[in-house]
Amino acid sequence: MNDLPMHQKPQKLSSRRWRRFKANKRGYYSLILFSICFFLSLGAEILSNDKPLLVSYQGNLYFPMLKAYPETTFGGEFETETDYQDPFVKHRLTSGANYALFPPNPHSFASINLQLNQPVPSPPDSTNYLGTDDRGRDVLARLLYGFRLSVLFAFVLTFIGTIIGIITGAIQGYLGGRTDLFMQRFIEIWSAMPELYLLIIFASIFKPSVLLLLILLSIFGWMGLADYVRAEFLKGRNLDYVKAAKALGVGNITIMFRHLLPNGMTPVITFLPFRLSGSILALTSLDFLGLGVPAPTPSLGELLAQGKNNIEAWWLSLTTFGVLVGTLVLLIFIGEALRETFDPRKV
Amino acid sequence: MLLELKNLSTGFYSDRGFTPVLDKVSLAIAPGETAALVGESGSGKSVTALSILGLLEKDTAKVEGQILFNNEDLVSCPETRLRQIRGNRIAMIFQEPMTSLNPVYSIGAQLIEPLILHQGLGKKAAALKAENLLERCGIPDAAQRLNSFPHQLSGGQRQRVIIAMALACRPDLLIADEPTTALDVTIQAQILALIKEIQQELGMALLLITHDLNMVEKIAAQVHIMHQGKIVESGPTAAVFRNPQNPYTIHLLNSVPHDPPTPKDSPPPLLTAANLSCHFPIKAGFLRRTVNTIKAVDEVSLTIHQGTTFGVVGESGSGKSTLGMCLLKLVNSRGTLLYEGRDLLTLSNSQWRPLRRDLQVVFQDPFSSLSPRLNVGQIVGEGLSVHGLGNREERKKRVAEALIEVGLEPEMIERYPHEFSGGQRQRIAIARAVVLKPRFLVLDEPTSALDMTIQAQIIELLKNLQAKHNITYFFISHDLRVIKAMADEVAVMQNGRIVESGPAAQLFANPAHPYTQKLFSAAFDLAPV
Repeated sequence: MNDLPMHQKPQKLSSRRWRRFKANKRGYYSLILFSICFFLSLGAEILSNDKPLLVSYQGNLYFPMLKAYPETTFGGEFETETDYQDPFVKHRLTSGANYALFPPNPHSFASINLQLNQPVPSPPDSTNYLGTDDRGRDVLARLLYGFRLSVLFAFVLTFIGTIIGIITGAIQGYLGGRTDLFMQRFIEIWSAMPELYLLIIFASIFKPSVLLLLILLSIFGWMGLADYVRAEFLKGRNLDYVKAAKALGVGNITIMFRHLLPNGMTPVITFLPFRLSGSILALTSLDFLGLGVPAPTPSLGELLAQGKNNIEAWWLSLTTFGVLVGTLVLLIFIGEALRETFDPRKV
Repeated sequence: MLLELKNLSTGFYSDRGFTPVLDKVSLAIAPGETAALVGESGSGKSVTALSILGLLEKDTAKVEGQILFNNEDLVSCPETRLRQIRGNRIAMIFQEPMTSLNPVYSIGAQLIEPLILHQGLGKKAAALKAENLLERCGIPDAAQRLNSFPHQLSGGQRQRVIIAMALACRPDLLIADEPTTALDVTIQAQILALIKEIQQELGMALLLITHDLNMVEKIAAQVHIMHQGKIVESGPTAAVFRNPQNPYTIHLLNSVPHDPPTPKDSPPPLLTAANLSCHFPIKAGFLRRTVNTIKAVDEVSLTIHQGTTFGVVGESGSGKSTLGMCLLKLVNSRGTLLYEGRDLLTLSNSQWRPLRRDLQVVFQDPFSSLSPRLNVGQIVGEGLSVHGLGNREERKKRVAEALIEVGLEPEMIERYPHEFSGGQRQRIAIARAVVLKPRFLVLDEPTSALDMTIQAQIIELLKNLQAKHNITYFFISHDLRVIKAMADEVAVMQNGRIVESGPAAQLFANPAHPYTQKLFSAAFDLAPV
């Protein structure tokens, strides 16, 4: 038994793959950059908000981000929640020993800048770093929140699509035969449905919402992956280790998910970033067409549509374009690196 | 000397650094001589051949030393000159006849190409010559066969075509890299005879690369034993075989399986099959009507006695593996299969499940029979948890015991299959089966994918396990020497049927059926062909 070098540290396949992924500099830095952007956008409320993070008023500390204070708290007249951008309130909060700590970008995605002294959309200036849109809302804030919504939406959509795709692909590939035949035909018919028309019809019947979009896009979004998983399962189900598992008396479901799935994950993982970018694009284009998320929701597609309608307002279209292209390019670089990592010829 | 290697060292660059493969290999081949390069997988035999032909990737391989062919150094000569020599003066036959022909071109197109390229023949003359070559290599209806595609030929015929291609330019040296490994025993004998015959006719030298000592003894004049990238011993074949000097050579020669098992006194039957059949329908046409059936297993009856080894031999496609799968109900079959008074074929899947403990299997290829994403502990322990045997601690203990029993260390429990060699992987596969303490074990070519010395170790291990636990083996193999070393009873299969069966000693001494006789003479006949 001299054939295995015993001193060699055992090395898992996954750690070798991680090393290979890191070796692809472009993909690795894209992943880091994308993660930073995503985590920053998760804290969008702290970075860009019309409410201050912290208020010290007459010796007491207030946290307007966490709790709604009526204007009377700060010496105002209304019982409603304080509008911290109101010049009167602003003055009260900053006079004397009082102070208010505002986020770096003191606008929320829905807050309208009423202090503008020029028509909207207004170009970038010292209060609105990237200008305002056609309703006087801050573009930077809308981009930040819009990016977050797009990415989160894409994550959920990809997750649902992947799960459905894996399950159907696994069933088809593992059982094969008649089940496979009927499910394949079903997929062919299903994928021939005109997705866009259905969305338009549904948009006119139901009130559009993020959840509705998620459901509609999920119904059609799983088919591409199912084919790949099916192929992996078809290939794997006759391998000796599956036969050995059957000979041990292992049940079908366990074989599918313990023995076959881990070995059929390569297409799933490789396609993840591409599916993510596809989902972002799907949401953006629906928003662009006005079939997407309802009105005040910040969305990249809606900003693009505004840019189209106000073609002279370059700060609308150019910035949105930049964010969109940047996100998609990062995701594609990550995807390429993943594909190289999982290249079976290099393992 | 026709070919002379002087201190040839080859190695490869990869992202893990430089790996040396050949270490100062020196050998010489005279014109017309037959030399054999023998070694186990990974010893560097094929790399030697590829180095001679300059077929290694220039940017990942480093070749040092001298390769003198007719006193011309092939290491330092330019690529254009190499191309003139390759296929023209030095030809090569590869191991796998399935992949060394291009599936989208006809045989003719692939044969004619080198003739036009190297000999400057016209199309007509080249076609005529190709026809002659095919005929010479024993392919009937050569003129029509020129239009056939590779998939229309059998494995043996394909290898003949490849030999014809290699001979097209009457090379001075033919390198044959495991030319018969992928073929059946009877075909092997024919192909070897053909190579030998043509070699004598053309007076070319032959470098035979192989792991098969039997074959070397049959045809080679000179033998070079290779071990870990070094030539450890060389000399005339007869002398080396009779009086090996190097410890590795002695080890290699001793690992040829021998000693038939000690006869056991008639034990009770464990498993009885009667008229067992497994047919696969071939469906064709729009309505998928059954146009034909493949009778993979056809009306097979056999009795396997407790604690003995039932050996099954046959060529590929004879249905021996399918028969093994039938016994475990991994494929569906008809007939009766009695085990402990119950007909296994009538049981439902849930009634089968508890029986899976008793009836286990070990497959041929240890690389595909272990799930690459599970570690050794999970692989070996799976059966225990499926059958709910013991709690977590006990299971871990039993897995460790099973590993020790198959000659592995219990510390390996956390490791993954890719970290092990072929022999170790096969031990893991055996551990997976024996951890359940089965009574009946189907061994489907358990040693065929392994090297000679490892093969001997695995056979030894299987014999010990049988003696210790009184396990009954159903041993499937195409290698008659392994069967001879293992089996108490032997059945010979051909086209899904058992053509002859009986106690091993009797069958090997007096084969009655003509097919058995042909099979045995191809495998055991030591007379030079």
